Amino acid sequence: MKIRVKFGKYGGLKFVGHLDIMRYFQKCMRRAKVDIRYSTGFSPHQIMSFAQPLGLGVTSDGEYMDIEVNSTDTSERMIQRINAANVEDIRIYSYRLLPEKAKTGMAIIAAADYEVRFRYGCPFDLKEAWPRFMEQTQILIEKQTKSGKKETDIKPLIYEHYPMEDGLFLKLSCGSVVNLKPETVMEALYSFAGFTLGPLDLLLHRKELYGELAQKESEEHCFLALEEMGVDITEPMCEGQSR
Amino acid sequence: MRKLALSDEILLSVEKPARYIGGEFNAANKDFDAMDVNICFCFPDVYEIGMSHLGIQILYDMFNRWEGIYCDRVYSPWPDLDKIMREQKIPLFGVESQRPVKDFDILCVTLQYEMCYTNVLQVIDLSQIPLLSKDRGDDDPIVIGGGPCAYNPEPIADFFDIFYIGEGETQYQRLTELYKKVRREAGGDWRQQFLRQASHIPGMYVPSLYEVTYYDQGGMEGDNPAPRPELAGTIASFRPLYEDVPERIRKEIVTDVSDTYYPDAPLVPFIRATQDRVVLEIQRGCIRGCRFCQAGMIYRPVRERSIDFLKEKAVKLLESTGHEEITLSSLSSSDYSHLEELVNFLIDNFHGQGVNVSLPSLRIDAFFLDFMSKVQDIRKSSLTFAPEAGTQRLRNVINKGLTEEDILNGAALAFEGGWNRVKLYFMLGIPTETVEDMEGIPILADKIARRFYEIPKDQRNGRVQIVASSSFFVTKPFTPFQWAGMCTKEEFIAKARHVRNKFKEMRNAKSLKYSWHEADETVMEGVLARGDRRLAPAILEAYRMGCMFDAWSDFFHYDRWLLALEKWGIDIDFYNSRTRVYEEILPWDFLDCGVTKKFLWREWEKAQQELVTANCRMGCSGCGALVFGGGVCFEDKSEVR
Ligand code: SF4
Repeated sequence: MKIRVKFGKYGGLKFVGHLDIMRYFQKCMRRAKVDIRYSTGFSPHQIMSFAQPLGLGVTSDGEYMDIEVNSTDTSERMIQRINAANVEDIRIYSYRLLPEKAKTGMAIIAAADYEVRFRYGCPFDLKEAWPRFMEQTQILIEKQTKSGKKETDIKPLIYEHYPMEDGLFLKLSCGSVVNLKPETVMEALYSFAGFTLGPLDLLLHRKELYGELAQKESEEHCFLALEEMGVDITEPMCEGQSR
Repeated sequence: MRKLALSDEILLSVEKPARYIGGEFNAANKDFDAMDVNICFCFPDVYEIGMSHLGIQILYDMFNRWEGIYCDRVYSPWPDLDKIMREQKIPLFGVESQRPVKDFDILCVTLQYEMCYTNVLQVIDLSQIPLLSKDRGDDDPIVIGGGPCAYNPEPIADFFDIFYIGEGETQYQRLTELYKKVRREAGGDWRQQFLRQASHIPGMYVPSLYEVTYYDQGGMEGDNPAPRPELAGTIASFRPLYEDVPERIRKEIVTDVSDTYYPDAPLVPFIRATQDRVVLEIQRGCIRGCRFCQAGMIYRPVRERSIDFLKEKAVKLLESTGHEEITLSSLSSSDYSHLEELVNFLIDNFHGQGVNVSLPSLRIDAFFLDFMSKVQDIRKSSLTFAPEAGTQRLRNVINKGLTEEDILNGAALAFEGGWNRVKLYFMLGIPTETVEDMEGIPILADKIARRFYEIPKDQRNGRVQIVASSSFFVTKPFTPFQWAGMCTKEEFIAKARHVRNKFKEMRNAKSLKYSWHEADETVMEGVLARGDRRLAPAILEAYRMGCMFDAWSDFFHYDRWLLALEKWGIDIDFYNSRTRVYEEILPWDFLDCGVTKKFLWREWEKAQQELVTANCRMGCSGCGALVFGGGVCFEDKSEVR
């Protein structure tokens, strides 16, 4: 059975990198006695994959991992169990059953929501600069590739945006094909406003990760939060049991 | 949310910031302000190494079980953070409470190797505590040292208020009770009173309460009429300043290791520690009596934990940590009486559930090979032998009971089972070593390779690869070699070159690899290991010159150490090369680890005669450790194993 787990990462845990978080969850699953499936072979490992790595220093309300289990208790009780085996700065929010044929979060991830705040305040008038920035027909950034410098337009990759009381909300393209980091957008904005972004200027918080629903001819994107693709489990279940 | 001592800016600018955030799973997280005594336990090296140390996990758990006592931890900040903390004058803090170390009542430092001494100074210094015990006042924590290097605490005596000699499980309760009492009753001027009374507790050595005198360069001392040239520069007397302070301090040990503190839920770090696994300590001590091995002497007698205790702990520890691996810890696992039962229990219950079972320090025999074939992909693993010396003669000198036959037979069995990689560990510079002994190293390696190629081609696995490495012999206190001279740096290097050249002449030279460890570090380790109180200013000087993380080759600055030693008139040869006489008062003679000086001397003489001594299970050789009233000394030996 495929299970999608949504979790948040806060406080000091933002200093624990992605690889260590993967190791952390392997131990956490064992402590919580999740009946997780193992690969076969001499050194079996848990079947577990993460939708999208989170950068060092970034907190989040919406991280995802997919696991496979042989049996499971209800979603509610599994959330309780895993949280009891967690440190306080990592919280599980949902534990849902995916359709048998579902692709992993990693394979379908398409967009991510971010809240961008400023560690030392924004050096320019954000509410004035942001609309002007977004009114440009193109937002070109220079990317360093193997074959030299390349210009890319990031504007089409910014799906949603609005200034908040103390920062910015951004919905950005995310995934292995076209991944736009909030830092990249902010760097472009700073330079548009005549400033240079320092490495520690931003406070980033990820809110949610989305997959894309089959998109045909229509121009409109149709995103679905990764957790929406699964259903809550209300009765304990076992592999092979009919649903 | 916990408030961190370091800002985001700092944490994001240093390597592996998770070293400094604490909050690990199973952390005690007690309320610092509600406690009677706050203890900060320090491992003076980087976090990943310190977190792997079982001793701290045991004592951390012990302290935190006690009401009114909180134990936190601190490790050496890596040089990147060290620099920032100095520049910004940020006081060092306990990782869990994030409180400054100087706000704790007691700072306990575990001393696992000599090369950590400058890191001890780093930790005390960054904590903004005076480096010298005599400069500390009533607002400073009590600084206590423990662990194997406390068996010769003299080179660092000036930096510590107390040394705890022996196993931590037994006397800390008394010490913390005393601390509470003195703090309650003495008011402001408590420090000296506490130290004086602490010296009455078994195992506690308070260096400031003792006085040392030395023979001068002519071997004269005080009003002694006759000069003793053979004792020139050595200790003439070592005595307590007051009558109530004990002259000798006996180490503390736990006699029943199946009925004592052992954590059920140890800390699980976020970043990968050196030991990223459950560690099950199956026994303390070692029956073997290898003459170079300090641990084999100071941890006597062997005490085994009961099989039921270990089974129960294995289950609990795997559940509470979620670790994917469990390993057994001891100096010589093969000697544990119920090893087979324990290993089968672990394999039956955990193997196949994603838990690896690993067994270090195991004799290579049929049992080992059977075990390995069950738990590991043999093509990926290598066999490890530690003959330590190249010839039987020299192995007799060091009392290493591993014969060439054992090695060749073990290797042959393994080769037939598909192994083809072998690691060999040796020491160079063992007292009495001859050219023949040195050349015995490549010859032995070559014999192993020949044994491989004797196996018919279709029954062996490809080519054999033998990697031999040698470290240089360091003489340690409380071993039979404590009187022996060590080689100089030049001698060490010449020996290693000789061995390397000999390797090239071997028939199977293409299958053999040889490497050796740095000689500089060995020389310094020797000085620190057998040094006395006169070394302290030089250690401090080296630290002031920027020495830190000396155990890390990349950070070790031999040139700075040489300058520091020279400045304080420390002669390396006096400490390292000199052979001592029986009458000499050794700096650690006032400590009693059970094993007597007489026994060690007898062993030193037997070593020179190339005579072996039986292990504790074959027969007691009267080392003295019987006084503790437990362990192997009281086992029924009628049935020889
Ligand atoms: S007293 Fe005898 S049995 Fe006990 S540790 Fe010493 S040698 Fe071994």
